[in-house]
Amino acid sequence: MASASTITAEREHYLNADYGFRSWLLTTDHKRIALLYLISITFFFFIGGFFALLIRLELLTPQGDLVQADTYNKLFSMHGQVMIFFFLIPAVPAVLGNFLVPMMIGAKDLAFPRINLLSWYLFIVGGGVMLYTMLTGGVDTGWTFYVPLSTAYLGTHVVLAAVSIFIAGFSSILTGLNFIVTIHRMRAPGMTWGRMPLFLWSNYATAIIQVLGTPVLAITLALVGLERMFHLGVFNPQLGGDPLLFQHLFWFYSHPAVYIMILPGMGVVSEIIPCFSRKRVFGYEFVALASIGIAVLGFLVWAHHMFVAGISLYSAMVFSFFSYLVAVPSAIKVFNWTATMYKGKIYYSTPMLYAMGFIGLFTMGGMTGLFLASLGVDVHVTDTYFVVAHFHYIMVGGMVMAYLAGMHFWWPKISGRMYPEAWGKLAAMIIFIGFNLTFFPQFILGWTGMPRRYHAYTPEFQVLNVLSTAGSTVLAVGYLLPMVYFLWSLRYGKEAGDNPWGAAGLEWKTASPPPTYNFEETPVVTWEAYNYDELPEEVPVVG
Amino acid sequence: MFPNFPIWPVRAATSASNLDALFIFLLLVTGMVTIMIFILVTLFALRYRHDRVEKATPILGSLALETTWSLVPFGIFLIFFVWGAVIYFGERTAPADSMDVYVVAKQWMWKLEHADGQREINELHVPVDRNVKLIMTSQDVIHSFFVPAFRLKQDVLPGRYTTLWFHAIRPGTYHLFCAEYCGTQHSGMIGSIIVMNPAEYEAWLSGGGGEGSLASTGQKLFQQLGCGSCHRSDTQGRGPNLVGVFGKPVLLEDGRTVTADENYVRESILNPGAKIVAGFKNIMPSFQGVVNEEQLLSLIAYVKSLQGSQPGGIVSNRPAVPNVSVRPRVK
Repeated sequence: MASASTITAEREHYLNADYGFRSWLLTTDHKRIALLYLISITFFFFIGGFFALLIRLELLTPQGDLVQADTYNKLFSMHGQVMIFFFLIPAVPAVLGNFLVPMMIGAKDLAFPRINLLSWYLFIVGGGVMLYTMLTGGVDTGWTFYVPLSTAYLGTHVVLAAVSIFIAGFSSILTGLNFIVTIHRMRAPGMTWGRMPLFLWSNYATAIIQVLGTPVLAITLALVGLERMFHLGVFNPQLGGDPLLFQHLFWFYSHPAVYIMILPGMGVVSEIIPCFSRKRVFGYEFVALASIGIAVLGFLVWAHHMFVAGISLYSAMVFSFFSYLVAVPSAIKVFNWTATMYKGKIYYSTPMLYAMGFIGLFTMGGMTGLFLASLGVDVHVTDTYFVVAHFHYIMVGGMVMAYLAGMHFWWPKISGRMYPEAWGKLAAMIIFIGFNLTFFPQFILGWTGMPRRYHAYTPEFQVLNVLSTAGSTVLAVGYLLPMVYFLWSLRYGKEAGDNPWGAAGLEWKTASPPPTYNFEETPVVTWEAYNYDELPEEVPVVG
Repeated sequence: MFPNFPIWPVRAATSASNLDALFIFLLLVTGMVTIMIFILVTLFALRYRHDRVEKATPILGSLALETTWSLVPFGIFLIFFVWGAVIYFGERTAPADSMDVYVVAKQWMWKLEHADGQREINELHVPVDRNVKLIMTSQDVIHSFFVPAFRLKQDVLPGRYTTLWFHAIRPGTYHLFCAEYCGTQHSGMIGSIIVMNPAEYEAWLSGGGGEGSLASTGQKLFQQLGCGSCHRSDTQGRGPNLVGVFGKPVLLEDGRTVTADENYVRESILNPGAKIVAGFKNIMPSFQGVVNEEQLLSLIAYVKSLQGSQPGGIVSNRPAVPNVSVRPRVK
């Protein structure tokens, strides 16, 4: 196929097919909706990041001196709610997934293009309510909304925040539903399940969780609202309710939600490592089935958040056991990614640097998860900074690294332009260093006993907190860089061509940026996924 | 080493020693595997850099390897699981000879009461080398009793009792933190556990201005509220005889058996109709709103102190001859 780079200016594609706000706000093109999501979640990412920086600055000194206690409580609550519901959950599925799922299976669009647009509008309405919540005083429930604190003791916008997440939840359900139907029904001829890229397997697994889990969160938040407004006694013991019931319901969604946040990232990494190792992924079937295994087992571990909450000894043991079981498929993935690099031909491109960073940081996050799954250890480190460090290693070290890996990998396809490779590598390094400096000290803080969600702390914890705050400023610089050079590249970046990485996958067999209906004609797949032994040995653009 | 840069918390209880052994084991095993992954990724990246390799070698996978790296980690996980569960089980099953301390948490303070009647706020004095059992509840939201030096933590819930026990091994003053976010002053809900030598502890006990033991406070309240008119210490009362009941199984009207622990006594005072003892009628009024959390605890301490001469086994408390005021059972 001839390179389209010389004719990009004239050729019609999804970006120049139509102009004006209307053409964007009423689009049903999955690629345009992906960009709408990209802009929206980037906005929320920087809001959440700003809260995080304020939290770190407050913790520079043991006294609570930068902001007041209530303000601090609002900062970590809104940091959590914004980052989880308005960045991490939609990040890979709604941006990269929206863009890539139809292209990877050789389809023109998702199964329900208008529902796809509806899901973005629901996201925006939910996000708007969240913004309104913040601007009119915020909420200080934590992201966990624990009762009876949230239903009977706090004077902030608890119901508004719950409504915001309730609405955004439907956006997530609709995206999941769309992916499931699309992957089942719209694969191009020859695109069997066994030939699907692993990104699709992991987004499929994610979609199952979104569809099955999110309604439970919606119900739980609705009950919180009803108890708060109408004193319906569900959770508050003073009204005859049971506060542990809330925790069971909340974690029934919110633990699987962790996999909503990490599985798509695993999918991204499973695309990038084979490409820059010029080699089929090691143990394709095992990586694919591990995603499904995680989605299923992920529903059986929720009470490991409640080992000190007052559940029975025996149920704690069952949940500890299942928590170890769900760690097995994650371990399988890490080993397979590592083995993929063995005897490869490895290019140190920016996406590959992020992907290697992902392996390392996800491994550390996973390993510390083994500490938390062990009942005795969990008793000591739960609700401390050890947990905070652990889930940031998964969510930020894992998911955000994977998201950035994916953004760099597919940016040429999305925009038709190359980002500046040297700056990309620099930013990846800065983020890796800043991340570890921010979050590694928090493991030690937690182990030595510093509880989380503390506005002020005892003086012996200061040195580690200073290190962590220093790291967070490095991390902030690292996150601003890609934002700047991605925007720069839109105008000044080199034209990418159809397939700058020499990558396998149907999305690379069409032009960059792709035409509105993705392919000139429906592709017929006659090859296995990651057929790098049949593709050029060199990656054209990475020296 | 550095006063404001600790990397290991103080070990001041048997539970801490038990846990540290497992933690070190976990650190070694997971540390080795993590370093192995780091080394492999780095090694492969260097060894197979694109300019050192003519062409990648196509490898599809290996069933032997997949089986190995599924089963071996799972085997190791089982060790973590069993070891952690054994520790958890041990630290959640209080020995029978424990001395009881009652804890009432509220936004944002810890109130602690000793069986001997001493009351403390945000401080708990305990003797070294004794088993201490905490019976905890909250007046408002969920809190969590966390002592890093003991490696122990337990959420404290409104409307029920949760328990924790420890055996301090080292005199000293240790942090008590609230570990469950509980509102504005969550980070101010901190205190100290003061572990003392037995002699010092005795001195502290005798110096305290206790108004009699907790059980005797409970006894007074028991009389004031008129509980004794039904819960008589013979078999003629309209309510069950409470002597020797605590800690024993109780046969209920619906045929179930429950253990008369703190939570059962609490429920029987606040919601008497929930679990009726076999042979009795649902005639007791609720004391919800009449007694506060601390008074409840004193009543429980009193019931606990009524360890009469009754033999163990199922306490039916069924009156030998029905009292005239108790009509025959309908069923």
